[in-house]
Amino acid sequence: MYSFDIERPTTLEDAVEALKDEEAQALAGGQTLIPTLKQRLAAPERLISLTSIPELKGVSAKDGWITIGAATTHAEVAKSVSAYPALAALAGQIGDPAVRNRGTIGGTLANNDPAACYSAAALASGAVIQTNTREIAAADYFLGMFETALEEGEIIIQVRFPIPEVASYQKFAQPASRFALVGVFVAKFADGVRVAVTGAAEEGVFRWSEAEAALDSSLAPESIDALEADDDGLIADIHGTAAYRAHLIKVLARRAISAMS
Amino acid sequence: MKDGIGAPVKRKEDKRFTTGKGKYTDDIRNDNQAYAAFVRSPYAHARVKGIDTSAALAMEGVIDVLNGQQLTGDGIGNIICGWAITSKDGSPMNMGAWSALATEKVRYVGDAVAVVIAESQALARIAAEAVEVDYEELPVAANITAAMADGAPQIHDNAPGNQIYDWELGDEAATDAGLAEAAHVTTLNITNNRLSPNPMEPRSAVATYDDAEDHYTLYTTSQNPHVARLVLSAFYNVAPEHKLRVIAPDVGGGFGAKIYIYPEEITCLWASMKTNRSIKWTSDRSEAFLTDAHGRDHITTAKMGFDKDGKITGFKIDTLANIGAYMSLFSSSVPTYLYAPLMSGQYNIQNIHCNVRTYYTNTVPVDAYRGAGRPEATYLVERMMETAAREMGMDPAELRRRNFVQEFPHQTPVLMQYDSGDFPKILQMAQDAADIAGFEARKAEAAKRGKLRGLGYSTFIEACGLAPSKAAGSLGAGVGLWESAEVRVNPVGSIEILTGSHSHGQGHETTFAQIVADRFGLPVENVSIVHGDTDKVQFGMGTYGSRSGPVGMSAVVKAMDKVEAKVKKIAAHTLEASEDDIVIEGGEVKVSGTDKSMAWHEVGLAAYVAHNLPDDMEPGLKETAFFDPVNFSFPSGAFICEVEVDPDTGQTEIVNFTSADDFGTIINPMIVEGQVHGGVTQGIGQAMLEQVVYDEDGQLLNGSYMDYAMPRAADVPSYSISHHEDSPSPNNPLGVKGCGEAGAIGAPPAVINAITDAIGTNDLAMPATPQAVWNAIQAAK
Repeated sequence: MYSFDIERPTTLEDAVEALKDEEAQALAGGQTLIPTLKQRLAAPERLISLTSIPELKGVSAKDGWITIGAATTHAEVAKSVSAYPALAALAGQIGDPAVRNRGTIGGTLANNDPAACYSAAALASGAVIQTNTREIAAADYFLGMFETALEEGEIIIQVRFPIPEVASYQKFAQPASRFALVGVFVAKFADGVRVAVTGAAEEGVFRWSEAEAALDSSLAPESIDALEADDDGLIADIHGTAAYRAHLIKVLARRAISAMS
Repeated sequence: MKDGIGAPVKRKEDKRFTTGKGKYTDDIRNDNQAYAAFVRSPYAHARVKGIDTSAALAMEGVIDVLNGQQLTGDGIGNIICGWAITSKDGSPMNMGAWSALATEKVRYVGDAVAVVIAESQALARIAAEAVEVDYEELPVAANITAAMADGAPQIHDNAPGNQIYDWELGDEAATDAGLAEAAHVTTLNITNNRLSPNPMEPRSAVATYDDAEDHYTLYTTSQNPHVARLVLSAFYNVAPEHKLRVIAPDVGGGFGAKIYIYPEEITCLWASMKTNRSIKWTSDRSEAFLTDAHGRDHITTAKMGFDKDGKITGFKIDTLANIGAYMSLFSSSVPTYLYAPLMSGQYNIQNIHCNVRTYYTNTVPVDAYRGAGRPEATYLVERMMETAAREMGMDPAELRRRNFVQEFPHQTPVLMQYDSGDFPKILQMAQDAADIAGFEARKAEAAKRGKLRGLGYSTFIEACGLAPSKAAGSLGAGVGLWESAEVRVNPVGSIEILTGSHSHGQGHETTFAQIVADRFGLPVENVSIVHGDTDKVQFGMGTYGSRSGPVGMSAVVKAMDKVEAKVKKIAAHTLEASEDDIVIEGGEVKVSGTDKSMAWHEVGLAAYVAHNLPDDMEPGLKETAFFDPVNFSFPSGAFICEVEVDPDTGQTEIVNFTSADDFGTIINPMIVEGQVHGGVTQGIGQAMLEQVVYDEDGQLLNGSYMDYAMPRAADVPSYSISHHEDSPSPNNPLGVKGCGEAGAIGAPPAVINAITDAIGTNDLAMPATPQAVWNAIQAAK
């Protein structure tokens, strides 16, 4: 780890101001950034911690929506989001206890690791990412591996999830990191079913639209039996081939649907 | 005896370990402390054309930047392999030169080319990044196949075709004849996956040169500090032994990886003299993955023949072993004398032939890792037995029973003379504990849940208690493998045991105290263990190969014999009785059949005040002994693994794991169970999770825990463990056999045999990751 300075602003305004510095880097729970620093793969001069800002914290439910402050930890989501059990269950399966008690939803969404769990929930739910400057629909937010619609210095304040009628997240863990080798989030809303897949694709989270169409007519595991997930653009690495990941997408989607019915 | 042999005494050392009071090498901080950071090659094979240190040297706080030319120029010797193997054509092994800092070529990613010495660790690392090395990249051979290929890059000039030796053991003609007459021959092509040892504490060294005394002190993470001093002195020319003190303080796990003397320790000692500073280096986890000696990495083809009754007629093995870029300290012995002599397993086999060819590759050196050669042999033998049973339509337990050695001593055709054991009994113990009769019902129930349930055996033997020095020497070992002990009875009667064994997690401070407590009837609190410091302890050989019990404790027993004899003489003299009538019991030294006695501490005091000793007796009460075993010890066991496989994903869950072990006499069952838990878990890690992967350019693809999968608590079941103590080792005074490696040796084939039973195909390689199991299921469809 190279040496750096750290600031802990207590207001959003101060944080926004501090991040205007080119050498500054936002720090949320640090569960990706700190290991990156330890491996000397990044050398920011200044870290701006976002975890001391009260308006970035907390969970609330209102009018069929869950609102989660960006600096809320996975452990807090797992404990508090009773109105959206599939989301709480997802948060409770991220990493290990240390990761869950440090890592935050805002940090993971801003980082957009292609194997992160929350991105599947956000995309399948049609969540809204509220920043200091605007609202971004999940559908417009994820732009590829570690790429998002966030502008330089833009800070996520909260994430709003519409609560589905029923949902399930099925995660198949990569044996070493316990990130999702493949994770499938299926959510049914009044206007249809959305199926989001994480862990599998080079470009990060995506929607399996063929499965969504099949499930719109009938939310049953058999509805997708005739489908095969396309392995084009899927990740192939020492933990799994593209074909294996494609196979897992279908297996996990089926399991999610079974769990929902 | 409350705290004696067989008592589950709580570990005396755990208070300091669990309260953060352990003192490890990295905890050492000297007044004139400086820090080392190594400049390491990013290439697997390259010529070093130049090293520009000017930018690093210009940094404030950088003390020096040193390179390999300077190191060799100062007469520091090349790193050696201490076991000479002779090829079957009579030629010696082709050992290439290994300088602690590379001079002309680098041969693996992580090979050190220079060292920066600076005022802080952070500064040393920054300066190391500022050292510019001009490399000319060379073609790479990153695995055995590439190293053997026609036109493969030449890694060391004196190893043509990258081959180090072509060695054999056993009678090839007789084995071929045995296979020719077989009613059935089973053939296996298997790999033994390459592993990273991953002790919790990374390697570390603190080297201090005292120019006034011309003396060096090295704190280091070593399993064998005396061997380190010997090699540093005799081969690396750092300093004569009396000018070099090596201390291995608390060490957080070794698993073999801390046996060897690495470039970093040598360089730190030399740099300390060059800079007249105390030099500290501590590996981070990334460096550990890159530079700690790896384990295993074999490719093997084998055939086993059986007669119509299932009796083995011959076993022929052809193994290719990867040694890495350089020959580490015991690397040559692992795929030869620690491997081929185990090919007889628990079975009466008349004809065995094992051919082993080893190769250099552009990867980190490969050496002993928990089990060392014996896991590779056991994996082969036990997968062979299970596969053959399936091919012949026999119960795999029955096939094993028909071939078990039943009489001892038993001479195998591959050097070993088994001294004791009861293989049928141990298998039955495991089968009873695993409820074999209920397996079919469990399998049917699992099928209803969509799961494939399978069961696999491993009945294995080890050769532990390394090793009879004369035999080892005749096979090429450069050292003897005895152990030493000194038993010091203090004037107040408390006892210090100075042992050449080294504890880096094994619990010696407890178990060694137990054997003393047992012998003299003293509380374990009155016994302390001194180890790991060449200035305090007489020369000893250290801890590896499950040798601390069979060899290290035996030396303590021999020294206690001498102490006891002297105690009896003193007591007989004082109490005016015959020596033959003196008994030592419950902390008292008594005249049998009378009420005359002395307290133990009174004898100690009598020895030291020396007011009333027999005329010809020296004062004092301390004795030294060296124990050289007459044979290896032969722990054995039967493991039964039961798994459930999810056919949709290939995910495997180990639902039951049963271990029945013969470790001979057990000193502390709690500690032994801990060793079994750890060893089996490491074996499960090899079977299902772990594998070092280099790409074809020799880049390490999984050099962190994000990609190298270590077993976690949730990956393993609650183990069922039992011990057979009715066939103690006849070759050491306590009858112990050693327990440190059994789990890692025996577990992998049990796991793979269970998974292959579940999925109905034998074509499955380790690690049996979900992808690998799913692939095997698809391929078998």
